Amino acid sequence: MTTSIPKPRIHHPSLERNSIGLTRRDYEGSMSTLCAGCGHDSVTAAIIRAFWELSIPPHRVAKLSGIGCSSKTPTYFLREAHGFNSVHGRMPSIATGAGAANRDLIMIGISGDGDSLSIGLGQFCHAMRRGVRMLYVLENNGVYGLTKGQFSASADVGTKAKRGEVNRNEPIDPVLLALSLGATFVARSFSGDREQLVPILKAGLAHRGFAFIDVISPCVTFNDHEGSTKSYRFTRDHMREVIAADFTDGAVRDGGLDGAGNGHAIHADPGDETPAESPDLVPIRTEITAAYAPGSVHEIRMHDGSTVRLRKIDENFESTDRDAVYAYVRERQRAGEIPTGLLYMEPEALDMHAMEGTVARPLVDLAFESLCPGAGKLDALMEEFR
Amino acid sequence: MRPTDVTDPAYYHRVVDCQWACPAHTNVPEYIRQIAQGLFTEAYLTNRESNVFPGILGRTCDRPCEPACRRTRIDEKPVAICRLKRVAADHRDDVTGMLPTAPAVKNGKRIACVGAGPASLALANDLVPIGYDVTIFEKLPRPGGLMRTNIPSFRLPASVLDEEIDYILGMGVDLRCNTPVDSMESLLREGYDAIFVGSGAPRGKDLDIPGRHDSDRILIGIDFLESVHFGHITEIESRVLIIGVGNTAMDCCRTVKRIGATDVKVMARRGRQHFKASPWELEDAEEELVEIVENHSPKRFVIEDGILTGMEFDVVEWYDDNGRQKSRTLETVTIPCDAVILAIGQDNAFPWIERDIGIEFGDWDMPVVDRTTFQCTLPGVFFGGDSAWGPDNIIWAVEHAHQAAISIHLHCAGASLTDRPPQGMNLLSEKMGLHQWSYSNAYSHAVRAKMVHVDLEQRFRDLGVEVELGFDPAQTAAEVQRCLNCDVQTHFTAELCIECDACIDICPVDCLTITHAGNEAELRGRLTAPTIHPEQPLYVSAGLPQTARVMVKDEDVCVHCGLCAERCPTAAWDMRRFELLQPYAGKPAGSSKYPPLPLLR
Repeated sequence: MTTSIPKPRIHHPSLERNSIGLTRRDYEGSMSTLCAGCGHDSVTAAIIRAFWELSIPPHRVAKLSGIGCSSKTPTYFLREAHGFNSVHGRMPSIATGAGAANRDLIMIGISGDGDSLSIGLGQFCHAMRRGVRMLYVLENNGVYGLTKGQFSASADVGTKAKRGEVNRNEPIDPVLLALSLGATFVARSFSGDREQLVPILKAGLAHRGFAFIDVISPCVTFNDHEGSTKSYRFTRDHMREVIAADFTDGAVRDGGLDGAGNGHAIHADPGDETPAESPDLVPIRTEITAAYAPGSVHEIRMHDGSTVRLRKIDENFESTDRDAVYAYVRERQRAGEIPTGLLYMEPEALDMHAMEGTVARPLVDLAFESLCPGAGKLDALMEEFR
Repeated sequence: MRPTDVTDPAYYHRVVDCQWACPAHTNVPEYIRQIAQGLFTEAYLTNRESNVFPGILGRTCDRPCEPACRRTRIDEKPVAICRLKRVAADHRDDVTGMLPTAPAVKNGKRIACVGAGPASLALANDLVPIGYDVTIFEKLPRPGGLMRTNIPSFRLPASVLDEEIDYILGMGVDLRCNTPVDSMESLLREGYDAIFVGSGAPRGKDLDIPGRHDSDRILIGIDFLESVHFGHITEIESRVLIIGVGNTAMDCCRTVKRIGATDVKVMARRGRQHFKASPWELEDAEEELVEIVENHSPKRFVIEDGILTGMEFDVVEWYDDNGRQKSRTLETVTIPCDAVILAIGQDNAFPWIERDIGIEFGDWDMPVVDRTTFQCTLPGVFFGGDSAWGPDNIIWAVEHAHQAAISIHLHCAGASLTDRPPQGMNLLSEKMGLHQWSYSNAYSHAVRAKMVHVDLEQRFRDLGVEVELGFDPAQTAAEVQRCLNCDVQTHFTAELCIECDACIDICPVDCLTITHAGNEAELRGRLTAPTIHPEQPLYVSAGLPQTARVMVKDEDVCVHCGLCAERCPTAAWDMRRFELLQPYAGKPAGSSKYPPLPLLR
């Protein structure tokens, strides 16, 4: 036998069910074929937990990815969700199209440092600019694993490859990139720290806009040695959680997903219909209160009624504005630290649907006459341009 | 909690629930794997090493292993361990050349055994091969004790019994049948180096209620079975009541059905949940249309003109009185019958042991016997089997004999009986390749195979027709795969762990946790999945290299699928086959009991 046995379909007798009656096992996919010990498998497990805890029906989810080790992982979670494995680096375009066509889909994009920071860098940047409503997880290990471990664009200066060569090229830091390009939810975490990662994933799923999480996810085969700056040990020794996020699922607290299990708590928010938060109006922005003491808790209410509680750990960290966060991350990185946590969030920012004024319902739900108004309407439109 | 010491054989032994529960600690997973490979002879010998009578026990064992089986804790029935034992016995080749033999030069020590039941025979099995002269005194014409006289041949064919007894007698045991021992004092005078009492619990309990002595149609269960066995009773009346609901009662009710009774009732004082009979023996009796009547307390025998015509019972209901079960009578009924068999338990009887020769007797007129050494208060005299502490099962008698044999060997060497040889263990990696193990690690969802029985009409034709047919090849093939191979241990090396969580994520039953150290009660509150059976051990590693946290494993529902080890990048987890090495008399743990087998075919 050269392949692994499938994970037995048995479970611990106490395995819990969420509010839509599913167990964590129901959110799994097929067996991973990544190297044993890959950080990506831990991220997959964290994603499974986040979706399960949010009681999201798998069929309402679209999993999108490009090419690479990371991009294989959507196969390993939510076997009943929709999925699209796109061309290398082109996942953001597919996500933009899918989101435009069906805004009720809960979109999760999985990418890697090769897919997002090299071949797909442009695509990645524009998805952020546009504010595509999705959770974008970048599994960052600093090497091209599928092509046997060359340095990727996120490899730090001075990091050593497994065979000894040292990287001289400046890295592209996806967190700094996201901050500078206007992403409205920016976080960094570590595959080996599930307590931190799961609440951030949940907050990212509840965020109405482009939620970006850079997850340091060590490559056990090509980048987990001494001299690597993306190894399990290096990351553990250098990461500093500067702000802790807790996520409370408002939908669950308020009595579950609209009672009927239709699961409109996430993204398919009533905000699109209610005048107060109508895309036409400038949303009332909840200002993140300026200075709160280390250890104090700041609550941010999300569109779907859930709450993100931020607890400041480093008193020098100011998550209030983009520039301060940018400067802080730069400075700590220069000091040899890896700052982690939900670094920046703008819950009331405009997303693609608001900015483009897209129709409030998924195209599939529109009547044929609305989608295709007929030759008469086309002629009238053409007449306007004459 | 301190890091678990897995170099103590007891830790991994406990994980092999069946082997831990078996009094003789038979290596169950090993013989099931051997059966899976068609190595029936090897499977038989694996059994025989510890339990001595695989063919007999494969039909009659009380199976303490099965309720312990791990499969019962993941929502299913246990592996049919006992039935598989019979498969090994039924399909083995001739093993006579592979059994231990007596050495050419004896050690000059002479041992006397009283009673030729399982205890004395198992004792001889251990002592003869290391040079002892063993003499067994038996009051009946044939050896076997209760295995022969109390277990009907439709459950245990005489040929199976004879064959396994002959293996032992063939080593050169001096068996003296029709030779009851009437006096311990005179036996002591014969100068044996040690005496082993394995005379069982030969006296059936009586029921002294009105009418008991007014009819000859009121029989004692074990005496009745013995009489049937020796052909002294060949028929019985049509209406028979059996009093008592233990396994002897089951044997009695099924026996009378075969010698003429048509209306058979088993009368129980209490409700079904309190029955002493094994569930499968109850099922087998009911399949043979025996009626089991609950909550009937015997009151008197009804004798008319000197003839037994029925029996009077109080119909009772039970209620709880401050934690004690008490009964109240609802009504009194008379149930007509032509014969009654009393099967309400057995007593020990030692009328032949003088009370002034240094053998102390304690409560219930039972000899005072040390629980570890099996020696009574007179040095050099040992007890085992039912004669030590009252009725129990064959497998217990075998284990008593192993321990008594060790004591006798120490006694004859002048060594301390409490200085007992330790158990040992082997631990060998099962890794063959990236996803390959030298055991079948896939989880089988097969349901427990059901034993096929001879049809009712045919089985009543003759007392000797064995009811259970044994598993067929397809049943065997499926049943062996239900075994979870609990002896293939998840062995952890803390220094290698990089805390990638891969094992935790892949574990189908959530039995792994990486967390900060703590005491057991508090640690159990922080597990990935909550503790269900706190009596099941927790494995706790030493501190892990990167964060000083610890790896914790709740052994409870681990299915030994090996996926943690497959997903471990550093082989911190490995699947290692644990083999418990047991010491036997004159054989320290690890020395082979049997001559080496020919290479695998």
